[in-house]
Amino acid sequence: MIVYKRPESLSDVPMHYCPGCTHGIVHRLVAEVIDELGIENDTVGIAPVGCAVFAYNYFECDFIEASHGRAPAVATGVKRTHPDKIVFTYQGDGDLAAIGTAETVHAAARGENITIIFINNTNYGMTGGQMAPTTMPGQVTTTSPYGRQKLIQGNPIHVCEMLSTLDGVAYAERVAVNNVKNVRAAKRAIKKAFQNQIDKKGLSIVEVLSTCPTNWGLSPVDALKFVDEKMIPFYPLGVYADRNAMGGDEND
Amino acid sequence: MTEKIILAGFGGQGILFSGKKLAAAGMDKDLNVTWLPSYGPEQKGGTCNCSVILSDGDISSPIISSPDILIAFNIQSYDKFMPRIAPGGMLFADSTLIDKKPDRTDITSYFIPATEIANEMNMNKMANVVMLGFFIAKTGLFDRDYFRSCITDSLPASKAALREANGKAYDAGVSYAEKV
Amino acid sequence: MSKVLIKGNEAVAEAAIRSGCRYYFGYPITPQTEIAEYMAKTMPKVGGLCLQAESEVAAINMVYGAAASGVRVMTSSSSPGISLKSEGVSYIVGCDLPCVILNVQRGGPGLGGIQPSQSDYYQATKALGHGDMHLFVLAPSSVQEMASLTSDAFTVADKYRMPVLLLADGALGQMMEPVDFDKISFSNPPEKPWAANGHGGARKKNIITSLYLKPEELEDTVLKRAEKYKLVEENEVRYEEYLCGDADIIIVSFGITARISKSAVNEARKNGIKAGLLRPITLSPFPSKKLRQLADTASAFLSVELNMGQMVNDVRLATECKKPVYFYGRTGGSMPSSEDVYEQILAINGGMKK
Repeated sequence: MIVYKRPESLSDVPMHYCPGCTHGIVHRLVAEVIDELGIENDTVGIAPVGCAVFAYNYFECDFIEASHGRAPAVATGVKRTHPDKIVFTYQGDGDLAAIGTAETVHAAARGENITIIFINNTNYGMTGGQMAPTTMPGQVTTTSPYGRQKLIQGNPIHVCEMLSTLDGVAYAERVAVNNVKNVRAAKRAIKKAFQNQIDKKGLSIVEVLSTCPTNWGLSPVDALKFVDEKMIPFYPLGVYADRNAMGGDEND
Repeated sequence: MTEKIILAGFGGQGILFSGKKLAAAGMDKDLNVTWLPSYGPEQKGGTCNCSVILSDGDISSPIISSPDILIAFNIQSYDKFMPRIAPGGMLFADSTLIDKKPDRTDITSYFIPATEIANEMNMNKMANVVMLGFFIAKTGLFDRDYFRSCITDSLPASKAALREANGKAYDAGVSYAEKV
Repeated sequence: MSKVLIKGNEAVAEAAIRSGCRYYFGYPITPQTEIAEYMAKTMPKVGGLCLQAESEVAAINMVYGAAASGVRVMTSSSSPGISLKSEGVSYIVGCDLPCVILNVQRGGPGLGGIQPSQSDYYQATKALGHGDMHLFVLAPSSVQEMASLTSDAFTVADKYRMPVLLLADGALGQMMEPVDFDKISFSNPPEKPWAANGHGGARKKNIITSLYLKPEELEDTVLKRAEKYKLVEENEVRYEEYLCGDADIIIVSFGITARISKSAVNEARKNGIKAGLLRPITLSPFPSKKLRQLADTASAFLSVELNMGQMVNDVRLATECKKPVYFYGRTGGSMPSSEDVYEQILAINGGMKK
C-alpha cells in the first residue's frame, strides 16, 4: 500500500507561500531526502533572506536564519565547527547570486562540504518582483519595466555554469519542478547533493528553476508553462559538475 | 630610572631582534619594558626601527618622541632620529655605514665600524650583535656577561654554531669598546 | 617560566586559545594581522581551526554560524574591517549569541592610516550595527590586559549570551610587554542547550533567528535584552581609580592614553596639584555611577582621547554637568606625550583651559 503522507522532517504548519509557488514542492523534496537518508537528527539548515526566510518554521531540524546572502559563510561556521553534522543552505537568486556572490563563490572555491539548494525564479519575490541577477534578457520586472536590456541592466548570471569552473565544487545540477518528470529528477539531484556531503566530496549545489506566479502576473498553470518555454531554453537543465572534489572519505 | 632607546636601520640588519633582546633582558631583571616596532608599508620600504623602553616605574607610552639613546645602522635613520635625541642622550652609530658626525654638543656620540668588524669575521649578518656588545660595554646598562648569555641562550641549543658566532660577535663589540 | 615578552595581538590570540576558543575566522588588515598568523600557526596544534575568510563580512558570518552552533569563537580586525562586520554583529546581537570581537583601532575615517587611534569609540559604544543594541566593550591598556580581558571577554560573552568587543589600538596591538599568563584565570565554556547543532532526536528543534515580524514579539525580545543590559551594568562595570579620592582635577581616559595620563597625574602630584585618573575598563556599560560620585568631590574633569572628543560626552552625561568637563585629544594616529597632558592639567588648574 502506498500512503502519501507528510515527510517526518517537514513541520505540520501552514506555509506562507503564494498559491502556485513551487517553494513548497522543493521544501517537500528536501524533507523527503532528509527522511530517506535518516539525517534529521544531525542536520542544521541555514535560511536566507527572501521568500524562504521562514524556512526554519517548515523543517523539523535545527535552523539558523542568516543575513542576506551570507548563508554560505554561516554554513561554513557551522560545518567547520561541527564536521560530523549535515549543513545545508536554502537560498534564492537575489540572496545567492547578487548580494551573496562573494560568500557563494568562496565557499564553492574552498570546497566547503555543504549542500546548497538554490531557487531560481528570475526575480526578487519577497520584495515584490524586482530584477534579479537571473532575470532573463527582455524580461519585465518592476525595476526593468521595459524589459531587461543588455546595455542598461547588463547580463544575467548562469550560476551552475559559473560554479562548475571552481575546483571545490563536487556537484552542480540544474533541475526544474514544473512537471512530474522534472520533480522526480529534482529529487534525485537533491538526494545526491546531500549524499555527497555524507561522502565528504565537497560543495554540492542544486539550482531549481521555480515559479513565481504572483510577480510574473501569470496563473499557476501558465507559470509552469513559462518555466518550460522561457526558462529552460535559457537555463538548460543538466549536470554541470559531478566529481569527488575534496577527496571524500580518503581524508579520514 | 627610565631609558628610552630607538634602534633603527635597514630591514634584515637585526634591528627588531636587537630591540627584543634589550627588552627581554630588562624583563628578566624585573624592569617594566615595552618594545614597539615600526609597522605597515614602512617596513617594505627597507627602513625599520623599534622603540624600547626600560623602567623601574610605570611606562606611560611605548612611543618615543625623544630618545635617550639612538642606535643607528644607516644614514637615513641617523638623519631622521639624531636630531631628536634628548639633551644629555647618547648616539651609537655604525661608522661603516654612517659617515656623518653630529654637530650637537649636548649628546655623547659613540662610533663603531660594526659592519666592517662583522664582515672581517665572516659574520656579515651580525653587525647588530657587534653593536650590542659595544653598546653594553659603553653604557653598562646590563652586566656584560649577563647580556651575552641573554643573546646566546635565546638561540636554540641545537644551533650551537650560531650561538658561538653570536658570542664571538658580541665579544668583538666589547673589545672594540675597550680600545676606543 | 612566569613572564613572557609578547606582542599585544599575540597575547590576545594566546589568551583566546587558553580560554578554550578553538575557532578563529578573520581577514588580514594592519595593525592586527599577527592574530590571524598566530592562530594559523597554533590552532592546528590544539585541534582548532583558523580560517581566512574572503572578507570581513564573511568572517563575521562564519563567527555567527559557529556561535549559533555553540562553540567559543572569535574574530578580529581593525577599524575599516570592523565597519564591514557591523551587519553580522547586529544579527549576532539579535540572536543573543556569544562571541568575541577585537578591534585594533587605526585612524579614520575611510582608509585612514595605520597608526593608533581611539576614533571608533562612538561606533563601539553606540552603534556597531543597526537596531536597539549594545555590546559589552572592554578597553585594555597594557599587553597584560590584552590577555586578561580576552579571558574576561569569553566569560562575559557566554554568561550573558552577548558579543563582547575588545577595543584596543595599534600601539597596544603592536607593542611587546611582559605578560604573566599564570596570573589569569580562564573559564570553561558552559553547556549551550540553545545551540543549533543537530537535535539528535533528544530535544525540540532549536531556531536561531533575529526575525520577528509581529511588533509585540520584537518589542518583547528587545525589552528582555534591555533587562539583560541592566543586569550587566549592575554586575560587570570595571574601572581603575587612581588618586581620585582627594583629587580636584580628574582625568578620564581609557586604553593607551590612560597610561600617558597617569604619568601626567604623577607629574601634577609632584608639583602640588591634586590630580587623579579614572580609567574606564568597560566602555559599555560606562562607569557612570562612579563618575557621578566623583562629580561631588572633584572640581573639574578632563577627558583625554585619541579622537576629536567622543567619550567626553559620556563623561558629561555621567557627571550631569555638575562640574566642567574638558577635552584634550590627538587624532589621525598622533599620540600625545605625558607632558602634553600635564600642560592641560596646568591650564585647568590656572583657569586657562577652554
